[in-house]
Formats: sequence, structure tokens, C-alpha cells
Amino acid sequence: MTTLPTVTRAVRPRSRLRGRDVIALGTAGLRARPTRALLSALGIAIGMAAMIAVVGVSASSQARLNDQLAELGTNLLTSTAGTSLTGEQTVLPPDAVDKVRLVPEVESASSTAALQVSVYRSILSDPAATGGIATMVADENLLDVVYGAIRTGTWLNHATSQYPAVVLGNTAAERLGVVEPGTQIWLGGQYFTVIAILDSIALAPELDTAAFIGSDIANQKFGYEGNPTTVYERSSDEAVDRVRSLLAPTISPQSPNDIDVSRPSDALAAKNAANQAFTGLFLGLGSIALLVGGIGVANTMIVSVLERRKEIGLRRALGATRPHILVQFLTEAVLLSALGGVFGSILGMIATATLAAINGWPFTLPFLAIVVGVGAALVIGGLAGFLPAIRAARTPPTAALNS
Amino acid sequence: MNPIVFLEDVERSYGEPPVLACAGVTFSIQQGEFVAIVGPSGSGKSTLMNLIGTLDRPTAGRAFIGGSDVAAMNDRDRSALRAYEIGFVFQHFHLADGVTALENVADGLLYSGTARSERRRLAKIALERVGLGGRTGHRPNQLSGGERQRVAIARAVVGDPPLLLADEPTGNLDSVSGATVVELLSELNRRGTTVVVITHDNELAARLPRRIAIRDGKVVGDSSKAATA
Ligand SMILES: Nc1ncnc2c1ncn2[C@@H]1O[C@H](COP(=O)(O)OP(=O)(O)O)[C@@H](O)[C@H]1O
Ligand SMILES: [Mg+2]
Repeated sequence: MTTLPTVTRAVRPRSRLRGRDVIALGTAGLRARPTRALLSALGIAIGMAAMIAVVGVSASSQARLNDQLAELGTNLLTSTAGTSLTGEQTVLPPDAVDKVRLVPEVESASSTAALQVSVYRSILSDPAATGGIATMVADENLLDVVYGAIRTGTWLNHATSQYPAVVLGNTAAERLGVVEPGTQIWLGGQYFTVIAILDSIALAPELDTAAFIGSDIANQKFGYEGNPTTVYERSSDEAVDRVRSLLAPTISPQSPNDIDVSRPSDALAAKNAANQAFTGLFLGLGSIALLVGGIGVANTMIVSVLERRKEIGLRRALGATRPHILVQFLTEAVLLSALGGVFGSILGMIATATLAAINGWPFTLPFLAIVVGVGAALVIGGLAGFLPAIRAARTPPTAALNS
Repeated sequence: MNPIVFLEDVERSYGEPPVLACAGVTFSIQQGEFVAIVGPSGSGKSTLMNLIGTLDRPTAGRAFIGGSDVAAMNDRDRSALRAYEIGFVFQHFHLADGVTALENVADGLLYSGTARSERRRLAKIALERVGLGGRTGHRPNQLSGGERQRVAIARAVVGDPPLLLADEPTGNLDSVSGATVVELLSELNRRGTTVVVITHDNELAARLPRRIAIRDGKVVGDSSKAATA
């Protein structure tokens, strides 16, 4: 050979792919195989739906709790006689309520006295089957302090407290199978007539399982001497901490340590916090589902790359660089995952709304949860699509010809 | 003037131990030529097309395409050369089934960064040039084999590349459609495009001004040499 071409380094523009065309390529790839795209997006969708639903349910139940606390107040304190060193239930002095009323800033106070008296549906009931119902002597103003409500019947008054009349807490009535006043129940070895049934009392659930009788009859029949076992007290919200520190020394100046003072609204919040512990578990399950979804996307993309070798070869012949091929397949994976993420978020929202409606919670879903969720789906898509996209980019340009 | 294709002692071997798909191939093609590379199946024609089209690099020897040394170019440079200076036509058309003829042709400009509206405008002109101005909205499965290959040719030339490579362009067509395609290629050549047709069909090759015969990966005849010798 004689003539060598003079090596002029040709100045030519580079291959270029516009951003809009990248998006169009990614969506076209998915639209070409819609069923496969939907199925592989489903894994991501399920994981995302689980996560969103968990976050939504927990936020909604929290919102419900906040509403509940706002309604019930967080200013109720209970003072209970502890158990002695020998394990016996101790009692409070008979003037405990009067003393508490004298504490500055206390607005109202009331008490109950638990008696060692069993309650049965009838004389024929199995003596061992007490149903966990406690007999209590209740002050007349008890419901005002604990914000209790009567579902049916009339609360104890001066007259009825002298007779064998009983008011049943919500759960107690259920366990005894009593639905209306007038029913007779077997209490402490004699029949008592039910005169009222209460609604559930959120801040004092121990009252739901109680059977309340008047102080006079308790005194006559069961030797009640006027010693309460629990004092309920309300003050203004700001005064709760100050009152709290004064209650035990006021009720029992000699042995204040024998008195347990607690704030039931704290217990309610703690119970909710315990429920929230489950959300951690469900979030874990949700993220496993997301991971499996990501593997599904990766798998779909690998198959897609293998099937589309000729398309890749053609694009290389048309001037696509390796990064152009990479970005096309990566976009496809991210779009696939985003599709699942959006679809799953909608499912999760529907699930949250349904559960909220069933439980009577206010529907609450932090916007951030959706942002983070869809963001996570995008990242998963990117990670899942990365290796397949690299394989696509490494497909030899001659693939279009070798057919 | 520099040749648009210049191959010197080009070799392409595959695997270990090496199998030579072509060896000692030397020829050059000037701008404006209309050349057939002809040989029986398995003689190394597609291997040569890959090398000329910079889809592949020689394992030995030198290849200059469009004035540039292929060995000295990286992937990005070779992609750019293909995007702007080389058009490809394949035996199996390689059209996207789901989109119209117009979109298929417009994709010929996808990697030149041309805006979509401009790509479609130029694609329409290219389809008119191949006689399919009335078929722009058809999908490939609504077209005959000959029409599909004309769409593929339109895609190859929509960016007006100086070099057009066609591998068995009539291999899947009946003789009438094949003749139309060859006539189209010579029309493009008359307008200045250098056209290289790869074929195992001696009859087709005989109709072109220059034939390079290949057998077992070697050049066994070149009609231009015979004429000038
Ligand atoms: N990727 C490859 N790997 C191994 N051998 C190959 C490869 N491509 C082509 N060959 C071999 O190179 C020779 C020429 O093949 P090819 O260029 O396809 O011939 P033609 O296009 O003329 O039919 C054949 O023997 C073929 O088996
Ligand atoms: Mg071949």
C-alpha cells in the first residue's frame, strides 16, 4: 500500500441525547411490555402500601389519642392506697377526700372504696366465676370527677344508697349479661337490683369492671367504715404538677410513701406508645416487601436487557454511546419503581382511610411519609436497575448484526 | 482526496485458539463510490461491515474510517462517527414494532441531540425521498417487506451521512422489492452518498459499479483493481 490517509483528527460533534428523549425512551420501554411492567411494579407497590398504611394508621390513631386527651383532660390525678408489706390492700383515712379538697388549686375530688365482696349473675352461678368484677362504694359525685356518663338508668342517690341497689360499669354489665335496669344480680350473698349501667370511662378503666353500691348499705351489710381506696381529683392543667406533689403528704402525713399517685392520661398515652411498638414490626415487614420488590425490578430489567440485545445494537449503530444506553435502562428501572411507589402510596392511603373510618379515627397521613416513600422507591429503582443497565451498556455494538 | 474507507492488512479473530473471520484485508473506498462486498455465507462480510461501521475494531492492521484511525478512537468518538457520518441498513430491518414509520425514521437523529419536532420534520422528508410519503403513520407490521426496508433506509439517511452501509439489504425481500431497494440505493449514490452493499448475491453485485469479492475472510477479487491494472 502506498497512500496512507493523512491523519487529520476529524472535528465532529459528539453524540447527544436530550433529557426529554431519555424520559420518552424509558416510558416507551415500559409501554412496550405493559403487563410485565405492572407485575414487576406490584412488588414495590405492595411494600409501599404496607409502609404508608402503617405510618397512616399510627398517625391516625395518635391523632385520635390527642383528640381523646383533649376531650378527657390530662388534669385527673388518682391517689390509691398501696398494698402493705404483707400484701394486704390498705385503705385511706375516711377524711381523705375532704383533705384533698383543701389542697390549693384542687377543683373537685371524689372517691371509691373497693370491698372484698364477690358479684355473680345469680345464686346459681359458679362461685369461682367472679368475672373479675369488683364491688365498690362510690361517692355521689364520682361521675362528675372522672367524666363518666350513664348509658341507662339513674345514678345512686341519697335514697337508693340505703337499699340493695347497684350501678354496673360498662364491662361489668357485659360480663354479667345485664342490658337494662331492673335486673337482679347476686352480690355479697343477696340480690341487688341494677338501677343503672355506665358508659365506658376512658380515664378510669378500673371503674368499667366495677359494681357500685351506696355507702349506707355497704356499711350495714359488709362492714364498710368509710375508708376509700382511691381518691380521684381534678385541678387546672397548670396546677397538676404542684397538686401531684402535695396529694400523698396531705392524705397520709405519717406514711406518704404508701400512697400511689398517678395520672391516668399518662397511662393512656403509654398504652398508645406500646401499640406504636407494633408499627416498628410492620415497618420492618414493609421494608422487606420493598426489598423483594426491588429484586423483582432488577430481575425484570435483566430479562429485558437480554431480550433487547438487538435494540441495543441498533441504538449503538445509530450513534448511542455506552452512557446513553446505561441511562436509558436506568431510567426505565426508576420509572418502573416510581410507578410501583405511586400506586402503592395510593393503596396505602386507601387502606389508612378505610381503617380510620372503621375505628372512628381522624384520617391523618404525614405528607413527609409519602415524599420519603416515593423517594425510597426511586432509590430502590436506581439500585435495582444499576447492574442491568451496566450490562446493557456493555452489550457489544455488533449485537444488531449478529442475528 | 482521502478515502472514506481505508483498510490495511486488517484482521479480526475470535476466541482462543483464534478463529480468523477476516485476515490481511486491504482496500480503500473513495467518496462517492457504490461498492458491493460480495461473498458466500460465512466468508466474513458481516465482520467487515462491523469493522467499516466502527461497531468493532480490528485485532490487527489499520482501519481509517471518515479519515480517522479507528484504533485511536474511544467509544465516544466512534459513537459520534456513527451518529453523524455512517448510516446502517440491516437485513432484518430492525424497526421498532410499536411506533410509526415516521417515529422509526426520526430515531435516526435521536443521538445527534436534534429536537423532536425537527427530527420528525426531517423524517418526513426522508420518507418522501424513499417514496413512502403516504405511509408516515403506518406501523411496521402494516407495511410490506420492501416498504419496511425503505423505512430502514430512510432512517439510515435521515441525517445525511456521507457513508451508507447495507448488510444484505435485499436478503429478506422478493426480487421486485429487492430491485426497488437497489434502485433507491443507487439514487442515493447519485446524490453523493458513498454506498457499500454487502451481499452474497452475485447477480445483485454485478449491477454495481465496483465489486470486492471475499472468501474465507480474504479479498479474492476487486473489480476496480482489475480495471485499472
Ligand atoms: N462473534 C463471533 N464469534 C466467533 N466467530 C464469529 C463471530 N462472528 C463471526 N464469526 C465467524 O467468522 C466467520 C465470518 O462470519 P460473518 O462475518 O458473519 O460471515 P458472513 O456475514 O459473510 O456470513 C464465520 O466463520 C463465523 O463463524
Ligand atoms: Mg452476514
